[in-house]
Amino acid sequence: MPDTLLALNGLDAHYGDFQALFGVDMEVHAGEVISIIGANGAGKTTLMRSITGLMRNTAEQINHLGQPIGRLRADQVAHRGIAMVPEGRQLFPSLSIEENLLVGGKVGRTGPWSLSKVYDMFPILAERKGQKSMSLSGGQQQMVAIGRALMANPDLILFDEISLGLAPVVISDIYKALPDIIGEGMTAMLVEQDISRALQVSSRVYCLQEGRVSLEGRTGDVSRDDITAAYFGVTT
Amino acid sequence: MMEWTNAIVQGVLLGGLYALFAAGLSLIFGVMRLVNIAHGDLIVLAAYFGLTTSVMLGVHPFAALMVVVPLMAGLGYVLQRGLLNRTLGDDILPPLLVTFGLSVIIQNALLESYSSDPQKLSGGAIETASLQIGGLALGVLPLLTFGIAVVVIALLQWIFYATSLGRGFRAVSDNQDIAQIMGFNKAHVFGLAMALALAVTAIAGILLGIRTSFDPSVGGGRLIFGFEAVIIGGLGNLWGTLAGGVILGVAQTIGAKIDPGWQLLAGHIVFLIVLAVRPNGLFPRVDH
Amino acid sequence: MTTAFVTRSTRASRIAMIIAVLALIVLAAAPWWAGRADLRLMGEIFLYLALACLWNLMAGYAGLVSVGQQAFVGFGGYMLFALTMFGGLHPVVAILAGGVLAAIVSVPIAILVFRLRGAYFAIGTWVVAEVFRLSFAQVSSLGGGSGSSLPVDVVRSLADSRSGREALAYWLALGAAVVVIGVVYAFLRTRRGLALTAIRDSEVAASGLGIDIWRTKLEVYVVTSAFTAIIGGLIFLQKLRISPDAAFSVNDWTAFVIFIVVIGGIGTLEGPIIGTLLFFALRETLADYGTAYLIALGAVAIVVMLKAPKGVWGLIRDRFDIELFPLSYRVRTRDDHQGN
Ligand SMILES: Nc1ncnc2c1ncn2[C@@H]1O[C@H](COP(=O)(O)OP(=O)(O)O)[C@@H](O)[C@H]1O
Ligand SMILES: [Mg+2]
Repeated sequence: MPDTLLALNGLDAHYGDFQALFGVDMEVHAGEVISIIGANGAGKTTLMRSITGLMRNTAEQINHLGQPIGRLRADQVAHRGIAMVPEGRQLFPSLSIEENLLVGGKVGRTGPWSLSKVYDMFPILAERKGQKSMSLSGGQQQMVAIGRALMANPDLILFDEISLGLAPVVISDIYKALPDIIGEGMTAMLVEQDISRALQVSSRVYCLQEGRVSLEGRTGDVSRDDITAAYFGVTT
Repeated sequence: MMEWTNAIVQGVLLGGLYALFAAGLSLIFGVMRLVNIAHGDLIVLAAYFGLTTSVMLGVHPFAALMVVVPLMAGLGYVLQRGLLNRTLGDDILPPLLVTFGLSVIIQNALLESYSSDPQKLSGGAIETASLQIGGLALGVLPLLTFGIAVVVIALLQWIFYATSLGRGFRAVSDNQDIAQIMGFNKAHVFGLAMALALAVTAIAGILLGIRTSFDPSVGGGRLIFGFEAVIIGGLGNLWGTLAGGVILGVAQTIGAKIDPGWQLLAGHIVFLIVLAVRPNGLFPRVDH
Repeated sequence: MTTAFVTRSTRASRIAMIIAVLALIVLAAAPWWAGRADLRLMGEIFLYLALACLWNLMAGYAGLVSVGQQAFVGFGGYMLFALTMFGGLHPVVAILAGGVLAAIVSVPIAILVFRLRGAYFAIGTWVVAEVFRLSFAQVSSLGGGSGSSLPVDVVRSLADSRSGREALAYWLALGAAVVVIGVVYAFLRTRRGLALTAIRDSEVAASGLGIDIWRTKLEVYVVTSAFTAIIGGLIFLQKLRISPDAAFSVNDWTAFVIFIVVIGGIGTLEGPIIGTLLFFALRETLADYGTAYLIALGAVAIVVMLKAPKGVWGLIRDRFDIELFPLSYRVRTRDDHQGN
């Protein structure tokens, strides 16, 4: 029985009167990479926002290392070692590239990642560290967003559609770097529209459909048809 | 001719004081998009704190800064976390009306404790001392005020752009959600920003109190001067705010030179002209 | 058999209407049953009620949170003095003319201050009011900074007897309040008025509906300014004396009005009425405490804003689901069988 790093127990999420997640159960074990797939609007981003503390939940709905964290503020969750590469990158526009990375290191956790390690991995960022983030290409911005999350030396890192809006060759590069990134004992949750990419790098998969888990399993065990059915809600 | 030069120079120096009124306002708006209607009353409150401190301890008002600056900063932190943070959100009414209520409370609390009699901080010899420079008699106090304004703004600029505290201010200002998942406690960061703003307000209040007499009702006017300096200079630009204060000060002294009744009016009219022709101010911040 | 139908009126609103008409008749007769001091107080209440309704229309519906309406109160007051003293107009005509002039003046002002957003708009309107105050203080024929009194012959032109004048001032105040409430209510029921509510609820949605937000706000600002000036004229017709500090007082004509609206319930038609009654009840009982009373007022406004943003009326409405001035359509079912 592997260690449970994160457990979601009947997680609900609401935007005003609109309910976006319905009783989601999920378990993430230390060291594994899981992918979360689902159509647009299925609730993937909402799930990640809930885990990071940006949505209001009840305490018991989210467990981290055996402790209920559903009611913690986002900054408290960050200090526990959960980091996110948000959808659409969301760099700080008035900060330089280096400052963006430094902000990522705010939680002050020790670990393998530092400014120089990030620059080693993405040398282009070192060359441009003084520039404003908006002067970078989409792929380079994504490097900053990834580097910024790594600077926190998290145990669990959440990636929300890191390939969104990037050129295919750039996506390939980023996915090539992913094993190095996740390598050192980190646990990862990956939201991705590109199902085959997601399955390639992950060991388990959850499929969300209209706020509910419609499929879960080991990547080797689920078939294309299972996924199509879970994804679109059609049964063949 | 000399008289006009003198009016302009006095106006520039007066602008330093207005920049100090404005700096806190600008900082708060920059970090949390809050406009504090009670800002002027807080300046006056600081002047009264300065009065009590210097009378009770028998010290010069400048020495009273040692007490008033931390006091106002602490008040700012508590006010922000205890009250103002609750008003922040998409709706503009709560912050506006709550700070408006706060303004009325401060004014009347001051009336209750100090009465409506005008008060003044006695700065001693410095109030009347002046330097002869090129035929102009420059008051030491206005010169000092202007110098302090420049130093305060340089310091704020440094904090904003060269320290991790300032990085936090800018990150939270850019994107509150993402800053929080990076580990910033928004409520605390806002509290620190208000503490810094009110520390500056403390300096402004003491300098105001040495320069002129004050009573509990003068806060609104100080808010307006600060606000005009911010808008003339351009939102989100601290050096622009200093320039805005200087323009306002010069407009007022030139107006007063034409007709004493025109002092304030001239300042307001220059503000309205800037608003008409350059709605983003003369030196808007250029970023992103 | 039950049939569903859509209606605006409710039982509560119809009862309220009847009570209002009866109350109006009783109030109109006040000069015959009320003492001089009470008459004066009631006149003041009606004028504050009108100011509160107007400010509520601007801030609560159009999102124009002004703290500079004293500009138009003072302007209206000064127009009364100027037009009667130098133009020879009858005071009532002068007050109405002041309203028209205020509408004209408010257009360029709106163009200027509409460039400011949110709270900056608020302070911008305050600057404009300061410009008004300082400008009128420069006019020596109106008494400059110390102000002037309404000349005796102008006062006499209203009515010969003092009681006649006081009754007239009272009826004008009552009439103004009724007209303002009526106009605001009627306006909010029109297409434009509903658009206004849409603006308040979401600017994005409103522009999606094809509503010209800027123009609608301008209309509200101009109309509100005109009426505010008329109320200002009536206020100083009661006072018979004007000075720049009294005419353009931010405390008297804006702070109190804001407290009335916030405590009563901003963005509701009933709010200003409840707020005015509460405000005067508090003032009449606690005014002896002077500043402490104002501190309490500020604190109450803060608490209401944070804990019950829709004010006292909001609390009542949520609890009992009633609307005295029905704006929203409701789907009702009519039960055709009696007794169920
Ligand atoms: N801020 C919001 N306010 C209201 N509804 C939202 C908001 N964000 C997302 N939603 C709704 O919640 C649902 C889930 O959205 P999201 O989690 O972003 O989906 P995904 O990331 O899977 O595309 C969608 O129906 C979306 O419209
Ligand atoms: Mg998403």
